[in-house]
Amino acid sequence: MLGLEYVVDAVTPFRLMLSLAGVVAGTVLGAIPGLTATMAIAVLVPLTFSMDPASALLLMGAIYTGAIYGGAYAAILLNTPGTPSAIATTFDGYPMAKRGDGDLAVTLACLASVVGGLVGAAALLLLAPPLAHVALAFGPVQYFWLAIFGLTLISAISEGQLIKGLIGASFGLLLSCVGVAPISGAPRFTFDSATLLGGINVVSGLIGLYCIPVLIDLVARPERHLEVTGESRGFRLREAFGLCCTGKFNLLRSSVLGTLTGILPGAGGSIASLVSYSEARRASRHPERFGKGEPNGIQATESANNATVGGGMIPTLVLGIPGTPPDAVILGALLVQGIHTGPELFSSAGGAIVYTFIYGLFIATLLMLPIGLLIGRYAFRSIVGFPKAVLVPVVAFMTIIGTYAIRNSVADVVIMIGLGIMGWGLDRLGFKPSPIVLGLILGPIAEQGFVQGWMIGSATGHPVVAFFSGPLTIGIIALTLFSLLYPLLIKRLRKARKGTGDESKPSHL
Amino acid sequence: MLSRKKALFGGIALTLSTLGLLPVAWAADKYPSRPVQYVIPFGPGGESDITARLQQPFFKKLTGEDLIISYKPGGGGAVGWSQLNGMKGDGYNIMGVNLPHIIIKPLMGNVGFKTSDITTVYMFEYTPDAILVRKDSPFKTLQDLIDYAKSHPGQLTFSGSGKGTANDLANSRFDDATGTRTTYIPFKGTGAAFTALMGGQVKAEWGYSTVAANHKSDVRMLAVATEKRVPLFPDVPTFKEKGIDMIGGTYRGIAVPKSTPEAMRMKVSDLIGRINADPEFQKKMENRGFVLIDVPYKKVGAFMRQKTKEYIRLGKAAGVIK
Repeated sequence: MLGLEYVVDAVTPFRLMLSLAGVVAGTVLGAIPGLTATMAIAVLVPLTFSMDPASALLLMGAIYTGAIYGGAYAAILLNTPGTPSAIATTFDGYPMAKRGDGDLAVTLACLASVVGGLVGAAALLLLAPPLAHVALAFGPVQYFWLAIFGLTLISAISEGQLIKGLIGASFGLLLSCVGVAPISGAPRFTFDSATLLGGINVVSGLIGLYCIPVLIDLVARPERHLEVTGESRGFRLREAFGLCCTGKFNLLRSSVLGTLTGILPGAGGSIASLVSYSEARRASRHPERFGKGEPNGIQATESANNATVGGGMIPTLVLGIPGTPPDAVILGALLVQGIHTGPELFSSAGGAIVYTFIYGLFIATLLMLPIGLLIGRYAFRSIVGFPKAVLVPVVAFMTIIGTYAIRNSVADVVIMIGLGIMGWGLDRLGFKPSPIVLGLILGPIAEQGFVQGWMIGSATGHPVVAFFSGPLTIGIIALTLFSLLYPLLIKRLRKARKGTGDESKPSHL
Repeated sequence: MLSRKKALFGGIALTLSTLGLLPVAWAADKYPSRPVQYVIPFGPGGESDITARLQQPFFKKLTGEDLIISYKPGGGGAVGWSQLNGMKGDGYNIMGVNLPHIIIKPLMGNVGFKTSDITTVYMFEYTPDAILVRKDSPFKTLQDLIDYAKSHPGQLTFSGSGKGTANDLANSRFDDATGTRTTYIPFKGTGAAFTALMGGQVKAEWGYSTVAANHKSDVRMLAVATEKRVPLFPDVPTFKEKGIDMIGGTYRGIAVPKSTPEAMRMKVSDLIGRINADPEFQKKMENRGFVLIDVPYKKVGAFMRQKTKEYIRLGKAAGVIK
């Protein structure tokens, strides 16, 4: 059962070394803004060709796991997501670092990533074939509504500034329309310029909107980047463990949400962490603390994005449909190796590869604990300790290299810097980067879902009906409405409570 | 002492030549004498990437040099192709090209390049169009599907990869040849089109023989657009057998920057031809459903002219170009 006999195969010295090397390489690459998990894997694919399939998968899985975690460093210490998956980690990570708790935040991110990674891998081990079919239940219509649901997260991340949040998101949606249209193939808003032809890449938008304003502020202000706390406080592991224990439900919920989002092709770590963040905030007794350095926020996002690693592997291995962008690269490498994906991989005949890989993924995730803590400590020290005159040029250099590397394009660098300067100006006017990025990510998903859904609906004669039928569709619409109306409901409830004078109960809805 | 000096000199020469500072003629005696950059104008993990990854080890085997694959995705290939001629034409920069993309895309709008900007030196493979249905589909044969399409005009939905692609044109040609009206839904790439088929969002898929090869247990291929039956699928009829004149798919080849000298274009063409001639390579490609073709530099011109005529006619019929 469950190929337990393959545990031994996963811990051969060679494979242990692969896990170790993969996690270290992934963490370092993921920490650099622009170098995403997808790219980290793509660069190392040729290395895997000379290996047996299980080792190749293991190495790619370890890099993937490390890269998703590594993205948290830059998010916490520089307010710049190292990978798109870490967008939501900036919300509370950076405020924590600002108040001198950067070391605690990095340790928390590591613990949460390990928990999320383990939950995702467990789902892959135990539930892969049945769960894979979740991926197929989502068609164009469902993706359209899912994107709309995602847009309601704006209300959660722009507390008190809903109008500005909505304007920002609309701007992001508009930006996502630039370039060759996903369905019709027609060039839009390119103004006949080759620079805009490829559209605005999410990652270059991310780097521009998050990182450049931080760099400008660093140069413009005299004070130090982060508070230096007098004495070294170690890893603050005990404190972080304590926070994880009190937040265990949050960790678990976020990991499960991350796994499920990972299974959906087209969504990925970025959406998983945003959804978990907003759910964590909704479930919290102190939603007002979110966005101001709430440890639960980091736990939610970091466990969710690492859970997508195992989750995304489920449709990849069972159906041959990549769950997340890095999975597409892994799938391609498997095809070159001559491995055909399918449920039979999980049966006795193909078990050797898949089970060796899954147990290897568990081990790689566990290895991330010591490795992550050590690298995290180093990253924290160097970013806090570096004088600004060194830090700013180094980070600026890395953002440019990282942006160029996305698709070897100078156009992306130009767009990144342009958006960055624009983002800095907008930030001063109170428009935060997150709603813009949300629009940029969700725009294409909504557009494709809408156009495809409409075309399929038209073929049967009822395009409008198609958008409002089926239990899954209705479910997502209900969730969307709930998410939209929730703040109003809460206000009503609070008012009603105040009216009756019942103030003995703390409001914890 | 002498050998050290020699090594130092060699090292400098190597560095200079990789930086492209030494004149091409110096290094041109043996081609290739250093790694070759192979740009794929799509993202990693797609079919163009997979064919390149399959070529990679054979390139190394034949030349002793590395073939370095990098990606320039965006705009359905337009970003890469619009930058092709900005690269150095020394034989050490090559780029993947796809048909019908490089012919149809420039006709759909300003995509930053024209078909004539692209110097193709070899077409090495094509992935034949095919109609796929789910294993549990009521369509057992091509005739079942055509009958349904005839009795339910417009209601038969096909997923396929993108607008103006081989799939899109194949659908238009199919409608034309069978006198039916079906609905083609463009998805972003073959993977997404396959997911829609598996999820039951569409009734059939315009895919490729490669999709059927990768998902043998999930799908049934009703017909394939090849001259003869595909060795991997001896039971699947060709469209031609069924009286539908359809042979085609996505063609892949290699292009070089315009500034590449004639002699070098020939060398690149020969090299790709030698990879194609390797029996082990042929086997690997065929096992994945790819069909090898050999259109060397000398013949590319005529091939392109014939394809251009064909695609323009189909593109107009499909309404993707005016």
